[in-house]
Amino acid sequence: MNSIESFILSTLSATVRAGTPLLFAVLGTIFTERSGVMNLGLEGLMLVGAIGGFVASYQTSSLLAALLLAMLAGAVLGLIHAFFTVTLRVNQIVSGLAITMLGTGISGLWGKDYIGVIARRFEPIEIPFLSDIPYIGQVLFNHDVLVYISFALVPVMWFFIYKTRPGLTLRAVGESPDAADAKGINVFAVRYFYTVLGGSITAIGGAYLSLAYNSMWIENMTAGRGWIAIALVLFATWDPVKALIGAYLFGGITALGLRLQAVGAHISPDFLKMLPYLLTIVVLFFTSTDTLKRKVGAPASSGIPYSREERT
Amino acid sequence: MKMKIEKRLVIPRYSSILVPILSVVVALVLMGIILMVFFYGRLGSLSLAFRETFDAYKEMLTWPFANKYGIFSTLMRMVPLAFVGLGLSFAYRMKIWNIGGEGQLYMGALAATWGALFLFKDVSSPLAMILLISITGAVAGGLWALIPALMKAFAKTDEIVVTLMLNYVAIFWVDYLVYGPWKDPKGYGFPGTAPFPDEAKLPTLFKGEFHVGFFVAIAFAVVLYYIYKKTRWGMNSKIVGDNAQAARYSGISIVRYTIIALVVSGAIAGLGGAIQMMGVQHRLQHGFSPGYGYTAIIVAWLAKLNPIAILLVSFLFGGLLVGNDQLQMFYKLPMALISVFQGLVLFSLLGGEAISRYRVRIVKEEAAHIE
Repeated sequence: MNSIESFILSTLSATVRAGTPLLFAVLGTIFTERSGVMNLGLEGLMLVGAIGGFVASYQTSSLLAALLLAMLAGAVLGLIHAFFTVTLRVNQIVSGLAITMLGTGISGLWGKDYIGVIARRFEPIEIPFLSDIPYIGQVLFNHDVLVYISFALVPVMWFFIYKTRPGLTLRAVGESPDAADAKGINVFAVRYFYTVLGGSITAIGGAYLSLAYNSMWIENMTAGRGWIAIALVLFATWDPVKALIGAYLFGGITALGLRLQAVGAHISPDFLKMLPYLLTIVVLFFTSTDTLKRKVGAPASSGIPYSREERT
Repeated sequence: MKMKIEKRLVIPRYSSILVPILSVVVALVLMGIILMVFFYGRLGSLSLAFRETFDAYKEMLTWPFANKYGIFSTLMRMVPLAFVGLGLSFAYRMKIWNIGGEGQLYMGALAATWGALFLFKDVSSPLAMILLISITGAVAGGLWALIPALMKAFAKTDEIVVTLMLNYVAIFWVDYLVYGPWKDPKGYGFPGTAPFPDEAKLPTLFKGEFHVGFFVAIAFAVVLYYIYKKTRWGMNSKIVGDNAQAARYSGISIVRYTIIALVVSGAIAGLGGAIQMMGVQHRLQHGFSPGYGYTAIIVAWLAKLNPIAILLVSFLFGGLLVGNDQLQMFYKLPMALISVFQGLVLFSLLGGEAISRYRVRIVKEEAAHIE
């Protein structure tokens, strides 16, 4: 294998690793927004997931416990958001910002004594046979179990949303809560459920950072990934398969930046670090016009609280 | 007798003052509970944790508001918060969610440094220097906000994520400069630029504890108050925010209003960055802002976008930032505490506003079934 080939392969493999936290966040948020709740609190959800997972792994050395505590932490914040947006019907943007601040703060407070310590991490597992496939094996099947879970989650979510009865219910609630209500669907329960579920899936993305990608707890370690994921939800047009493409696109940019730094390219690392944020702006620009949104079928009632008294 | 919860037709005026005050109180109580849990984890005894929390609160609330040096620190922290908060109010009135105050502040500071160290280094009059730097800072903040403004006005790009992404870009840009080309060769490897010349420092009072940027912030608040209450812009921008459809029918150009709102918003934040450089920092440094741009979001929201109230709330939050520093020093508490508090304030405020839309009425049984 020559050096260019190995550079490309290792960059692609790093792409998957860098894309995975985003993928979890985007997938979780697709659930939330499909039900008609807009959640801008991803940054906070990911951070509590990161610290929750890390603390559980440190205390128990059980990775299952880590995953569960991360999901629980995300679920609790999701529940708070659901209470404020679904029950109290407050401004969803402000509630999302508050989730971000609360999550950032709680994770910093919680993680105070976990800076610089080492916890058990998710180790890469080579999948027999599949990892022997030339090129593809090294890029896709030489990762830890969370990456494989994210692989599985994409088709499962796609099938669930588009091909099953509860998926139809979910879409109906996000699209037209009035009609769903008239059909006897409990709009509030559905929104609660998916906001909590979305929060816990998003939090896994954070746990991936602290238990696999960086393998330590750093305050504010998400570094804006939650916000990038919000842009990716638009890019993906609420479709799990496109979410995968978007997340790896960003993973690729991040990985390439890091790789170029490692091989000593003559670009300031600060400019390379800007790339994902700049790309987010570009992506938003190209997915932004009203017409585009209508064409691809955004959940029509996302961001609008539902009230039975105020039905139109 | 029976309790009945019903929707208020008119939300009483006092609730717009009472709810923000109560929400700060509720947030303080909730944070106290969280702190107690934190101290319990550290000390292992509930009564000790209670004592520690009580002492910490005393420190956090007395030093910034009841001590001479503390009050000066509070006032100096208030200035950047007030500038960014005032700037944000200008956009929020139109329901344009500029959350890029932090980046606009950074760009203002960056441009001010550029002015002080390179562009205007031959200017010898302090007054001219300060004015030129202020303008440069405001222009830079405004241009930084022009990016999301144009995107929103012409392509309907959502401004929330764009303004936020630009915060990161601005911070990395400043990092690039202070670690790279602008790094002070005499700075012992410290990531900062050379200090500003004396002509580019704001006049101070009280032995340097206090700079005149404070009065500029007050002047801006008064001017904005006048604009919001008495001018056509003030009225039209409110209409655009409340009902864009109606605004369009009455002949208001949404494109023009959107661009102006965001650019002015960024310019005021950028001016805040320049004033922070000239008044306090005197050199551009890595991470000079402890999240002023984010705290200012809460300030603007809690003040209900009223410029005079923004001054008061930024005084309060300036004090809380100072108090948080004290806690960091004496109780080894992380900076993150301020984020916890801000999240709690926002939630209390949202909850309070939601509740104040309803009232509880006691109805007698007989009356109840007549309804």
